[in-house]
Amino acid sequence: MPVNYLPTSDEYLRILPEIVLIAVGILIMLMEAMRKEDGNPPYFAIAFGGIIAALAACFASTTGAAFHELLVVDSFATFFRVIVLVVGALCTLMSITYLDREKADKGEYYALMLFSLSGQTLMCASNDLIMIFIGIEISSISSYILAGFMRDDKRNNEAALKYFMLGSFATAFLLYGVAWIYGVTGTTNLDGIRQALLTNMPNIPMAAVGAACALMFVGFAFKVSAAPFQVWAPDVYQGAPAPVSAFLSAGPKAAAFAVLLRTFMTAFGPISNRWEPFVWACALLSMIVGNFAALTQTNIKRLLAYSSIAHAGYVMVAVASHSEIGTAAAMFYLAAYAFMNVGAFAIVTQFSRKGERYVNVSDLAGLGQRQPMAAAMLTIFLLSLIGVPLTGGFMGKFYIFKAALDSDMIWLTVLGLLNSAVAAYYYLRIMVVMYFEEPGEATASADAPSAGITAVLVGSAIGTLVLGIMPNFVLNLATKSAALFR
Amino acid sequence: MSLLDLVIFLPLIGFLVILLLPASDEIAKKLAIGWALVVFVLSLGLIGPVQANPKEFQFVTNVPWIDALKINYHIGIDGLSLWLVILTTFLTPIAMLISWKYINQRVTQFFAFLLLLEFGMTGVFVSLDLFVFYTFWEVALVPMYFLIGIWGHDRRIYAAVKFFLYTLAGSVLMLAAMIFIYNRAKTFDYVEIVKNIQNGMLTFTRTEELLLFLAFFIAFAIKVPLFPLHTWLPDAHVEAPTAGSVMLAAVMLKMGTYGLVRFCLPLFPGSAHDCAPWIMMLAVIGIVYGALVAMVQPNMKKLVAYSSVSHLGFVVLGVFSFTQAGLDGAVFQMLAHGISTGALFMLVGMLYERNHSLEIKSYGGVATPAPNLTTIFVITTLASIGMPLLSNFVGEFLVLQGTSQVSMIATVFASTGVIFSAVYMLWMVQRVFYGKADGNLHMYDLTTREYVALGPMIIMMVWMGVYSQSFLPAASSQNVEILKMSQDRRTVVIEKATGQGAEVLHAR
Repeated sequence: MPVNYLPTSDEYLRILPEIVLIAVGILIMLMEAMRKEDGNPPYFAIAFGGIIAALAACFASTTGAAFHELLVVDSFATFFRVIVLVVGALCTLMSITYLDREKADKGEYYALMLFSLSGQTLMCASNDLIMIFIGIEISSISSYILAGFMRDDKRNNEAALKYFMLGSFATAFLLYGVAWIYGVTGTTNLDGIRQALLTNMPNIPMAAVGAACALMFVGFAFKVSAAPFQVWAPDVYQGAPAPVSAFLSAGPKAAAFAVLLRTFMTAFGPISNRWEPFVWACALLSMIVGNFAALTQTNIKRLLAYSSIAHAGYVMVAVASHSEIGTAAAMFYLAAYAFMNVGAFAIVTQFSRKGERYVNVSDLAGLGQRQPMAAAMLTIFLLSLIGVPLTGGFMGKFYIFKAALDSDMIWLTVLGLLNSAVAAYYYLRIMVVMYFEEPGEATASADAPSAGITAVLVGSAIGTLVLGIMPNFVLNLATKSAALFR
Repeated sequence: MSLLDLVIFLPLIGFLVILLLPASDEIAKKLAIGWALVVFVLSLGLIGPVQANPKEFQFVTNVPWIDALKINYHIGIDGLSLWLVILTTFLTPIAMLISWKYINQRVTQFFAFLLLLEFGMTGVFVSLDLFVFYTFWEVALVPMYFLIGIWGHDRRIYAAVKFFLYTLAGSVLMLAAMIFIYNRAKTFDYVEIVKNIQNGMLTFTRTEELLLFLAFFIAFAIKVPLFPLHTWLPDAHVEAPTAGSVMLAAVMLKMGTYGLVRFCLPLFPGSAHDCAPWIMMLAVIGIVYGALVAMVQPNMKKLVAYSSVSHLGFVVLGVFSFTQAGLDGAVFQMLAHGISTGALFMLVGMLYERNHSLEIKSYGGVATPAPNLTTIFVITTLASIGMPLLSNFVGEFLVLQGTSQVSMIATVFASTGVIFSAVYMLWMVQRVFYGKADGNLHMYDLTTREYVALGPMIIMMVWMGVYSQSFLPAASSQNVEILKMSQDRRTVVIEKATGQGAEVLHAR
């Protein structure tokens, strides 16, 4: 490396989204520090503006690598950056109501959100194990705090602590794996590892590579909450503030899948026959654990947490198929999942009320009569989560199982599809409560959704339906991006 | 945009309009029924051209939908689907009419859902692309789920969820099979796939074909429902509101039998022939079992539901007899059962509106206060048990005739179903309408609205029974094609099958 290395302006443009997010985050923190006792600066507007600016910044640069190939901005990275930022935008929108209701500190909240987002966009563009690690840490540390944001609430504390402890463990595994792979290949660059594995196969101890691969998989599987590394998810999603749960279940998950896909398709592509069976098992286990555990849940946040585990399983099916179309399917699915899941959590945010009193499925009783529009929106999200045609969830599932059958994984396809029929039961239960039962105490006193929540609901519903009815655009993008890993 | 597109999509637009329009219940009801009538009138325009040339798909629309996956929105109508589409558009306004007074909660939504249901069901009958077919198939599920769940009786939630899960569990396997075919054929287009199978461009190994066939077959068999996959049906029927039962029995079950004829036979001829004896056995068991169970039902709706299991057994039997008469009879029976059982559910619903009970024992002597209701009920009963000159007779006769060409044993057992049906139906009529009218004298006779709803049904029963030529030729000539396509190219099997059939005939 030349000593007098200076990055070009192009390279800076390629991390413009991160720069914008962090700058706006710091701005908010400064404003918070200088805020007068009774001042109420427009944090939301600033944060939201920052996210939109970051979204625009994703398209500011040409594609290519940056900073000695630590980062690479390609259509794959842009695709995931956009997902993550859209999730971020929707979650900030939904946070207005929550923060007002709980009278929480807004400045810190939005700043943390932005920092977490910057970590996730960084993950999406990482092309080096060290960058991946840094991205994950930036994203995670902010999310640990967000999960325990209401620090006087016992459940928030529990969520944050669990998330932090288990998350640190998982990152340790990841880092250990990185160390091993560096030891055997002499590089942390993904393409470099791939080349080393391809060209120098006989001289590399395969056991070490396999171990490194397994250790890193543990780290990633934790971040995407795939079984058997999912135990943290239900407690954290249940304990954390509802908008944060929405954020955690969609944003970091998409980013983590982005790095998982990139790492396993490029760096570990040459040894795919070694990891495929594990991903296969992980996919099946996640679907089964997630769906069957969700069947008996009464707390809607916990239910969505288990459902989120199951959906990670579906995406794992796509990863296990180890093909271009599999990658494209995973990308499409994560986009669809972001909309439907964030939408569902928006309903929870709205109707849980102060202190999150009403978070049981039964608390939605009669919502169809009291708040028909909100109920209709939730119905769209639930149908999409079930995988009923004309919704994004169906197209995603269809595409994933098409990829699986393409790779001759007939059993995984059949078991996965049967699993999605099992899953229908607990999503239907929510619809049953909403429409088939008389309004209870909780819905009787419910207000119509606030403007922010309404925006999230409408936005997510449109996203879900567009991905289901006119999926061409996103499908083509995903297919084109997946071709990068040929 | 063809007339067919209009017939399919008008109900969807109607659904959105009625759901979103801030109109009072009365106006919404009138708007919905007007809308459904317009769709019905428009659909009549399909009859002429299709009858003129029933072998070709007409009113075809074939435009790209999802380019990335080469999925086309491809629809068309031929002699096989024509009358099923008309049946749907015909029954939707009638189902609305009979719900006029009965539904008094969330009225707007109820009528909107009926339109959405119409959209899904007509779509199923005209889809010529597997993906589009699956889409409509699932879309039809959602409104029915709500119809049962919101406006049903006491155990409606259990019934609605059971209905949804049963159908979904069956259809996900069909989806897997569709994707498998797609990966092979590189297309979802039905016409193209059938063509490639016919000319040998697209082949499956024997095991593959069997598994694909079973995946499709189970999805359809659940919907039909074929014994032993029928257990969702009595629950769904008993708990559904009258209009829901009518649409479920009259049209939705036909989605299954239609699928058997349209997809199972031409796509997987070999396996269809291989499995035919087993399927015929299940069909016969279904006929007899359904009839026997119907006989002991204390609940009128449950009785009619089990009679559906029995009647639909005839349809499956006809389809898998692989004879012209059998297939014609099966298609005719689909329509006839739609009319007669639809009418039976309407009548039972009317009794329920009068006495708030579905139990046979809480009735008796209804003929005294309501003679006209009784007359119409008896006519419908006679149609349902296959009385000559009424609709079901034609279908059942043809099915039995077709079946007798392949298996006399199956024919003999199936015929007992006809006798049993007379037993359970007439016994019910006797217990409900005759005898002492204690406590039922307050029951009123048919109202004008009910006459208007039942009139067309009676006319159709007689018309179909007396002059089946209006309906049969269109379906029949398409059945010729289906039979040709479903001919087993492994001739050995055919010879064996016909040989067995002949042997059986001689043995008798």
